[in-house]
Amino acid sequence: MSKFRKSFHIKGRDFIRAGEAAINIQNLLKSMDFDPRLVRRVAICGYESEMNVVMHGGEGSLSLEVDADRLTLEVTDDGPGIEDIDLAMQAGYSTAEDAYREMGFGAGMGLPNMKKNSDRIKIESKRSQGTIVQMIFFLPYGDKAD
Amino acid sequence: MVKDLVDNFGLAVTAGKSGLDRNVTDGYCGDLLSEIMGNAPQGCAWMTVQGHQNIVAVAVLREMAAIIITGGQTPDDETIQKADQEGIPILLWPNSSFNLAGRLFSAGVGNPATQ
Repeated sequence: MSKFRKSFHIKGRDFIRAGEAAINIQNLLKSMDFDPRLVRRVAICGYESEMNVVMHGGEGSLSLEVDADRLTLEVTDDGPGIEDIDLAMQAGYSTAEDAYREMGFGAGMGLPNMKKNSDRIKIESKRSQGTIVQMIFFLPYGDKAD
Repeated sequence: MVKDLVDNFGLAVTAGKSGLDRNVTDGYCGDLLSEIMGNAPQGCAWMTVQGHQNIVAVAVLREMAAIIITGGQTPDDETIQKADQEGIPILLWPNSSFNLAGRLFSAGVGNPATQ
């Protein structure tokens, strides 16, 4: 039984609100007094996953679940889906539009950063159906476990 | 403090005046947002040519002291609004990031040799 769960909406292509879900989650974690190193890792994962939805997906949500032994971050969207997950996980690979690259997005580091900063990552995606990414952070560690 | 950088280096303050008393403990340069999210140190003054509003979200998430937009670039109106809301100072520097970073480092910012 989860101790706590909160979900935040993400609107695709909305660069005005982009980043707000991740900031809300960071504020929640800070108010619960989690280790700052852990909060930083979750913030990075939250931001990168939120921006992926803003850039590529349709509508989505970013949720945080707090359990006794772990935090779980889950991002879902109803966007185009990831055609080749292994390719998408490669550092430097990006399908971002040129306009986004000019803004400094699309370096192809989002998914690698998410994998690097979480303890476990699971991606489920189907072309034209959407994507679910689940990231687990084990407690009470601050830095990455094992 | 951010205010010291403004006074010592003649930086223009374009937003987030309420945050001028924030402590600056390091500096960082970069324009690729994922790279910044992965590496920028807490409490840094971030030098970048990016002026769109997402830089404020990055600065908040990385708990930065301030954003310094360099190279004569300027922030969008939405960026200024967001920075004011969040209390993150946005400063302007007319020359390159390299040029300012060198000056800050020589003056001791993020410089382990002087600490």
